[in-house]
Amino acid sequence: MRRKFKAILPFVVILALFMLSACGGGTSSGTGSGDGSKKDEASGGAISAKIGVISYLSGPGAAYGEAITNGLKLAKEEINEEGKVKIELVIEDSAGKADQALSAAQKLINSENVNAIIGPTLSTEMQVVGPVADQNGVPIMGTSTTAAGIPQLGEYVFRDSLPESQAIPAAMKKAVDKYGAKKVAIMYGNDDVFTKSGYDTMKKTAEEMGLEVLTTQTFQKGQSDYKAQLTKIKNLQPDLILCSALYNEGAVIMDQARSMGIDVPFVGGNGFNSPQVIKIAGDAADGLIVATPWFGGKDDPKVQAFVKKYEEAYGKAPDQFSAQAYDGLKIMAKAIADAGSAERDAIRDGLAGIDSYEGVLGKFSFDDEGDVVMEPVVLVIKDGKFQVLE
Amino acid sequence: MLLEQLINGITLGSVYAIVALGYTLVFGVLGIINMAHGEIFMFGAFMGVVTTSMLHAPIWLAFLAAIAATAMMGYLLERLALRPLRGKPGVSHLAPLISTIGVSILLENLANQWFGSGNHPFRSRFAEIHFTVGDVTVYFVQIVIFVISVVLMVGLSLWLAKTKAGKALRATAEDLDTASLLGIDTKKMITITVIVASAMGGVAGILVGMAFNSVNAQMGLSVGLKGLAIIILGGMGSVKGAVVGGMILGLSETFIVVAGFSGYRDAIAFVMIIIILLIRPEGLFGKRASDARG
Repeated sequence: MRRKFKAILPFVVILALFMLSACGGGTSSGTGSGDGSKKDEASGGAISAKIGVISYLSGPGAAYGEAITNGLKLAKEEINEEGKVKIELVIEDSAGKADQALSAAQKLINSENVNAIIGPTLSTEMQVVGPVADQNGVPIMGTSTTAAGIPQLGEYVFRDSLPESQAIPAAMKKAVDKYGAKKVAIMYGNDDVFTKSGYDTMKKTAEEMGLEVLTTQTFQKGQSDYKAQLTKIKNLQPDLILCSALYNEGAVIMDQARSMGIDVPFVGGNGFNSPQVIKIAGDAADGLIVATPWFGGKDDPKVQAFVKKYEEAYGKAPDQFSAQAYDGLKIMAKAIADAGSAERDAIRDGLAGIDSYEGVLGKFSFDDEGDVVMEPVVLVIKDGKFQVLE
Repeated sequence: MLLEQLINGITLGSVYAIVALGYTLVFGVLGIINMAHGEIFMFGAFMGVVTTSMLHAPIWLAFLAAIAATAMMGYLLERLALRPLRGKPGVSHLAPLISTIGVSILLENLANQWFGSGNHPFRSRFAEIHFTVGDVTVYFVQIVIFVISVVLMVGLSLWLAKTKAGKALRATAEDLDTASLLGIDTKKMITITVIVASAMGGVAGILVGMAFNSVNAQMGLSVGLKGLAIIILGGMGSVKGAVVGGMILGLSETFIVVAGFSGYRDAIAFVMIIIILLIRPEGLFGKRASDARG
């Protein structure tokens, strides 16, 4: 009995390992059909537009969808009050799954006949939905999709979310200037697409800036011991540590680094930019530098008014996702007003023409491909809170 | 530099060793792999977080809370998931393995529900005591972890070799039916085994929380699998094997980073298992499970 069990045990272990390490996601792509463009009915001088929203409203990332739809609803109220454009939102849940996002998009395009779409929430969803919207000639704007290549999916695909490829260099430049850094160490999570692409950006930027990369260390999700990597980094004495991590791992890395006596600043990507870092790492989080499209503490009446309104409506402070969604719909409304029509093609052209729009994210334009052009704010954690890095 | 890395490796190895001791004890007596051990370890760590960070209680109380909670979990595991399957005709010998996998999934989900996802910091003043020699920072916790792992190993060996309970346990491991006939309360012995093993898991959990300051609901799985790897490496049911295997794994994980291959850190454990199994299928200290007690 027991011998039999011993014989199969190694296989059980190896099988379990595969289960642990196998983690893949397939995407399916379909093609939508139908090309319903809708005549806009002018009602009392306002242009009516039906905007479809695909958002992550159920499942583990439901907080994202909630923040996004909250921002959208707030923007919609303000736009409709203003009276130039009358917006109707049709909100669909994608549960963070590409196939559900696709069927939601097809429903919005074909049976709801929306004029434009905002969403989906994740880059992986946009990879599938973007081309379909493009084929149907429906303008689509991601407000939270930061992966590379999203605006290049098609003529009709836009985003107002700052990609990592812009945020990380902005943070690095500011940090290098401020601290006069010449030598850096890099750490990144090598089992996650997001942290891996952040690392690629860091490496490229470091080369362009002529920084000396002393060492590159990797880690995996959910690890709890980073001391071996950090000891190595400590002995090379870098001026800065570039760390492409999600906040969960990043906070623990900083905590262990500080306890080992590493006191140089850390520069992180978007995944590291979360108040949770302060919650997990406490004082050890001081010295984390990130670039962000949205900062609620900005000294700008527009920003403060938005924060106040949002807090009154939802009882908590708006985050990056609410702010990007809020500005996204406002930009959409401006495109409609500029074009003087809610025809799908007119909205597309209106969006392409957006230049130096002053929103809560700051001065915003689209480039030729429909990608973001803006100056991100660079923040540093100091005395246990995010502050603008001067 | 190397000295610091050596300390890192020994700390990690000691943690692995304590986890593997719990595994090896249950395997030695019951001949089953307790896949819920990693999750019991995780609950021990969370008990530490709850008592120190939320209730601001001293660290010794955290140890007591963790030991009490995990011992209780061990008892429930034995009563609800293992005992009903024992000695019944027609029950596959894989049934206990599957049922402990079920328990592990249940515990992970419970932890997610109760404590929330993500990392929880382990704030305790005890964990911050350290001294610096040259430029090497040594934390008191690192020494404590090492000492506890050695104490547990020696204690467990002595208990099994010298005490009456230990003898009864070995007899139970040797042959359940004969031990029963000779008047040993095998039910009680098995229950004690699972409780002791689980409490050791709880202690390991607290130590990990203190050493690395991160506790999350998913931490049980990888530690559990590594514990499993270690007992295969060291020899199933061998106390010495668990500790030596744990040290080997902790040190190799650290030194693979030193060598500049941090991406292969998790793979090294399993590469080693495969090599060891090819050379010595019974593991480093493996003998027949029933008399492997040294």
